[in-house]
Amino acid sequence: MSQTTVAIVDDHAIFRAGVRAELESGVEVVGEASTVREAVALVRERRPDVVLLDVHMPDGGGQEVIRQTLTEIPDTRFLALSVSDAPEDVVAIVRTGARGYVTKTISGPELIDAIERVSQGDAVFSPQLAGFVLDAFAGRTDPGTTDAELDLLTPREQEVLRLIARGYLYKEIARRLGISIKTVEAHASSVLRKLQLSTRHELSRWAAERDLID
Amino acid sequence: MSLDRRRLRRAGDGALLGGVCAGIAHRLDIDPILVRIATVILTVATGGMGAVAYGLLWLIVPGTPKTRRAGEEAKPTSRHTWLIGAGFGMVTLGLLFIFRELGIWWSDSLVWPTVLAGAGAGLLWRQFSGSGESEDAAEPETPAWAASGERRPAVRSRPRSRLGPYRGAFGFALVIGAAMLFLYVQGAFSAASEAALAGVTLIVVLGLILAPLWVRLARNLGRERAERIRSQERAEVAAHLHDSVLQTLALMQKKSDDPRQVSTLARRQERELREWLSGKSERERETSLASALEAAAAEVEERHGVPIDAVTVGDRPLDERTVALVAASREAMTNAVRYAGDAGTIRLYAEITPEETQVFVRDRGRGFDLDAVPEDRRGVRDSILGRMERNGGAAEVRSGIGEGTEIELTMETK
Repeated sequence: MSQTTVAIVDDHAIFRAGVRAELESGVEVVGEASTVREAVALVRERRPDVVLLDVHMPDGGGQEVIRQTLTEIPDTRFLALSVSDAPEDVVAIVRTGARGYVTKTISGPELIDAIERVSQGDAVFSPQLAGFVLDAFAGRTDPGTTDAELDLLTPREQEVLRLIARGYLYKEIARRLGISIKTVEAHASSVLRKLQLSTRHELSRWAAERDLID
Repeated sequence: MSLDRRRLRRAGDGALLGGVCAGIAHRLDIDPILVRIATVILTVATGGMGAVAYGLLWLIVPGTPKTRRAGEEAKPTSRHTWLIGAGFGMVTLGLLFIFRELGIWWSDSLVWPTVLAGAGAGLLWRQFSGSGESEDAAEPETPAWAASGERRPAVRSRPRSRLGPYRGAFGFALVIGAAMLFLYVQGAFSAASEAALAGVTLIVVLGLILAPLWVRLARNLGRERAERIRSQERAEVAAHLHDSVLQTLALMQKKSDDPRQVSTLARRQERELREWLSGKSERERETSLASALEAAAAEVEERHGVPIDAVTVGDRPLDERTVALVAASREAMTNAVRYAGDAGTIRLYAEITPEETQVFVRDRGRGFDLDAVPEDRRGVRDSILGRMERNGGAAEVRSGIGEGTEIELTMETK
């Protein structure tokens, strides 16, 4: 099997160099970009499997890159990388189409693992993101205005998210719940889909706030 | 420009009267003519309320500065002044007809004074509401072509301010004239008994003339205040960054040969900055269980130099029992640091629901066989367990060789 191809998009050159050095051992870095325009051109030309995307950049940030390439190049997946773990940032970028969200302090091997998972179409939840999703989906929904299927997490999904938040790896979760790793991944993908499509008040509000700032 | 579409603004370009209809049309993304027709129909159907609403919107909704292209005709020429005056007069006349139709009527002698006053007031309002927003750049000199209504050769200057005083004076004269006419028609000049009427009329006239000035003054004051607040905030941010981030950066340069200390310093600074950015007050942090747990994690991390990541879901106020829970969590973290501090990050996860609070402290150390617990470790476990049980909670330890250890603390809400 050929190596997963990755593009790094970030406006800090030092950070790009650091990530590149960490990734070299596990995946193939096919290019770097420091602006939205460069990034869009890079994705169109090289069609990498995964784009590592900084959330905060001039001219619309990572969201703008996803918007301009998502429908055109559906095989490329996006993994958001940010110093911020603010809920509104997470929601906005995931709702635009990112398959996962990790903070910049993540270790090299963990990042490679996350890239591989995203390239296979799975979702990547950091413990922070899992905690935040549990927070956003906690409590009741406004009756009548919401789509129940999308606005509530199943007990099993909550369990999986809770274990992620507690620092369990997918294989540890599978062992603990007595299910296969594939099933754990399916639950994570289902939560990601709800995060993207749900009209829950919290999610819409955070996304809208973020959109206004841009 | 997406922001402009989101907020309702009076249109600068393409405005017929005040730009209210064009502004609404722009906001709704439809043809302005539709909005204008709707406004007229509304005005007729509601007996003038549509026109009143229009006037209110004109006052409340902020305008947009006009964008002018080179070569475009300068707008407020003397011909325009007449047009605007006549337009307002016609609108007023129209409204009077509607009122008359509806039977809301005093006397026919009111018609012409009111129309004149409407035209004059309209000129004054239009001038002041427009120039109040684009006055920040002073006009150095006005070229002759502006007043004569020739085509503008370049952008840069605004002929409006040159013509403004004339138009203002014209409007002023119209309003005064209307008042005189009204008094004359009412016979107030001859009868002393109607001095009161003259007084009231005068007040109305002054109100019409001075109100736009007052509106403009209020707007300018608001803008100045916003500017002042902004510069104050900037000074505050600068002071904060100086005290915290710059100090830490200097310290890190000094300690650059000790990676562990550099990492501890960086994490502490990051936490401080995040706390500050979150905008929570000292008081909010002191009374919140989630904040107390995060603070405890930070404290243990700093004392031992081992990174601890805390994730909390939900929150509740601190009380005697939850304080005990925080103390037990602190002990669990200290324990994890002692036995598994070299095995990477320790994780704290707290889920706070209305019914109960659960805290998990997980390390990635060697782990141990629960059935063959070393005596010293059992002591720690017992002290955590004892603390929880005394306060009506429970504690559980999970571990296995090579799997790390997790301590679970549960406390139900009474």
